[in-house]
Amino acid sequence: MSLAISTPGATQQNWLEKLGAGHIILGTALVLYPLVASDFFLTQIGGYSLIFGMLGLSLMLLAGYGGMVSLAQITVAGISAYAIAILGNNNSNVLGFGWPWWLAVPFAVLAAALASALIGWISVRTEGIYTIMITLAIATATYYFAQQNYAIFNGHSGYAGIRAPAFWGISWRDAKPFYYLCLGLAVLSYAAVLYGSRSTFGMTLQAIRDNPRRMRALGYHVTAHKVFAWLLAGVIAGLAGVLLVWFNGRVSPGTIGVDAAIDVLIIAVIGGIRHPIGPFLGALVVVLMQTFAIDIVGAERFNTLIGMVFLVIVFVSPDGILGLWGRIKPHLAQEALRPGP
Amino acid sequence: MRMHRRTVLALAVFTGLTAPSMALAADDTIKIGLLATFEGPFTVLGEDGERGAMTAVAEMNGTVAGKKIEIVKGSSDASPDSAVRAARKLVEQDGVKVLVGPLSGDEGIAVKDYAKTQPNVTFINGTSAAQDTTLRNPAENFFRFSTDGAQWMAGLGTYAFKDKGYKKVATVAEDYSFPYTQVFGFMAEFCKAGGHVPSKSWVPIGNKDFSSVIAAIPEGVDAIYVALGGADAVNFLTQYQQSGGTAPLIGGSITVDQTVLTSKGKLKDVLKGTPSAGPTADTNDAPAWKAFVEAYKKQPGAFPSPSLFAHGYYVDMKATLLGLDKVGGDVSDGGKKLREALSSLSFDTPTGKVSLDKNRNAIADIFLTEVTEGSDGNLLNKLVKVVPQVNQTLGIPEDEFMKLGAVNRDNPSCP
Repeated sequence: MSLAISTPGATQQNWLEKLGAGHIILGTALVLYPLVASDFFLTQIGGYSLIFGMLGLSLMLLAGYGGMVSLAQITVAGISAYAIAILGNNNSNVLGFGWPWWLAVPFAVLAAALASALIGWISVRTEGIYTIMITLAIATATYYFAQQNYAIFNGHSGYAGIRAPAFWGISWRDAKPFYYLCLGLAVLSYAAVLYGSRSTFGMTLQAIRDNPRRMRALGYHVTAHKVFAWLLAGVIAGLAGVLLVWFNGRVSPGTIGVDAAIDVLIIAVIGGIRHPIGPFLGALVVVLMQTFAIDIVGAERFNTLIGMVFLVIVFVSPDGILGLWGRIKPHLAQEALRPGP
Repeated sequence: MRMHRRTVLALAVFTGLTAPSMALAADDTIKIGLLATFEGPFTVLGEDGERGAMTAVAEMNGTVAGKKIEIVKGSSDASPDSAVRAARKLVEQDGVKVLVGPLSGDEGIAVKDYAKTQPNVTFINGTSAAQDTTLRNPAENFFRFSTDGAQWMAGLGTYAFKDKGYKKVATVAEDYSFPYTQVFGFMAEFCKAGGHVPSKSWVPIGNKDFSSVIAAIPEGVDAIYVALGGADAVNFLTQYQQSGGTAPLIGGSITVDQTVLTSKGKLKDVLKGTPSAGPTADTNDAPAWKAFVEAYKKQPGAFPSPSLFAHGYYVDMKATLLGLDKVGGDVSDGGKKLREALSSLSFDTPTGKVSLDKNRNAIADIFLTEVTEGSDGNLLNKLVKVVPQVNQTLGIPEDEFMKLGAVNRDNPSCP
């Protein structure tokens, strides 16, 4: 009995320690962010970065732990976004079954996860650049199919008038609730990936990435592990897709085009794929650049500036912002050891 | 107390991310948002739109009602998502109370939907010309002083049937709301006159290979109606010529626009003699038009003659500035006075008188044109006829016009 009472304190201590100071500071900052940010910075920068961070995270899971670089993550997100539009309500007068959100969202995420597993199942037979090529082919084919199919995807104009639901007395399409919704799901995905990477499955996946032949010889089912990783990445991308369609209020082939697919890859590369925090950093930088570059250099050359910044980041640090941090950190640590003024 | 450099860095980043829109307009400047396609397949068109808008600003010497005009630009890539994102940034972050744009059809519909959520901001169209931006389910604060794609076709269907003698015409157009509207405008007249359209091909924006489209054009059509823009038009026309096609062309408003006519290559021979219609004509002799062309040419990188995007953005920006002038540049009441002023605004543009209907859509003159070679070797749209004061229902009574149904790929039809 006394043991049962005394343990919570001890586990609490352990739990906090395990969480680490960085996570606590970052978490507090993100939770308090709405106190200081305008609605625009909450949704258009904060929410949007978190959504694209989740997309980058699903790619980081595949690329970082599984060694499979996919360009089809936006396609997976697009499938759940289209599923929300088709199963729920839209004002495009095409389909729109009017399902409530609690039914439509699980179905959409499930559809995305299964689609992702299918893409994975097709592409695990390839390696390296061929995985990139085959997922790019799938992304492009889906884009053109959505553009020209009217029965399911409603062609070029896609679906409009999709609204985030209101439940528990909260209208989730308002700026603050929507930000917290994005934050909640992003933290959940982040924690799941972090935890998963240290689980037996995560370790096995990383071992497969490093030496698939040896793992096969040890009796592991390599393909099954890889496809399961795709399924998990599909769940995260699917959740991001739901948020994305609620954020935009609409989905059209432009949402899942090749540009968007490459954006996700850029986010992962800029951020770094060695740790799950990387894609979120990358997303923040990319979203800030895409939003404000036009104010810095004007309408004619702002894409050049965006490209240059990305180039500089990758040039200075081949493993993205994370790598940059890794390089600065030792200096800072030494600084801290010096006697203060 | 010692402060970690890391903490300072974190604080700096954090405050940077949260800095609210401190760029509130000072009292002596007025901010106007300018939304156009500065990236993606319509970049050339967007840049010409900007030239048009800046021509209007230059005409007022950069001031309105004693206040300096500050233009804040937003860029989209012609997709509705990006247009709404850019509009949200201009309105919610830069704090503009007046926004001019966007450029293309689906963008216009999306921005109109966004306008409904921002009742205190006044939206004035750029050149987006889908019918349903103003005809069905319009927004109270969205104004269009440039006409729509069906209006632009006024007179062309009749001209093709009666003067040119075309009885059967196939159409090739891009697959989104603006070309639907153009085909609708052409066919409304052409079918009524007794013509037939046995085949309609819809191609995705940015299509490169038109061979299957060309193969699907039925034999024995008298002409092909082409409503493609920019690179799509050049690609189709080149490939059609290479495949040995000889049927004469009828052009949509942006197919034989300056952005296409100035392209290099053999296209010249194919395009000569192509009838078209639109809000502008290059050989318009009216002094007001000539003065506009001269003013336009002062903008950097200008075409020999302004495209309809330059014209549309000019007209809409001019209307915006006239409206602002009327209310003394005062939009502190959420733009209510400005919107009243705009609703009743009627003014002379380089292409004749423009006024608004009850849906805040323009009634204006439309020009029937034919492509000819100018004295300097450049292709030009020669003015054939002016169709005066075309309204959105193309002169058909409104209830009858609404019965024709919403424009889409299958409507109208006269095989």
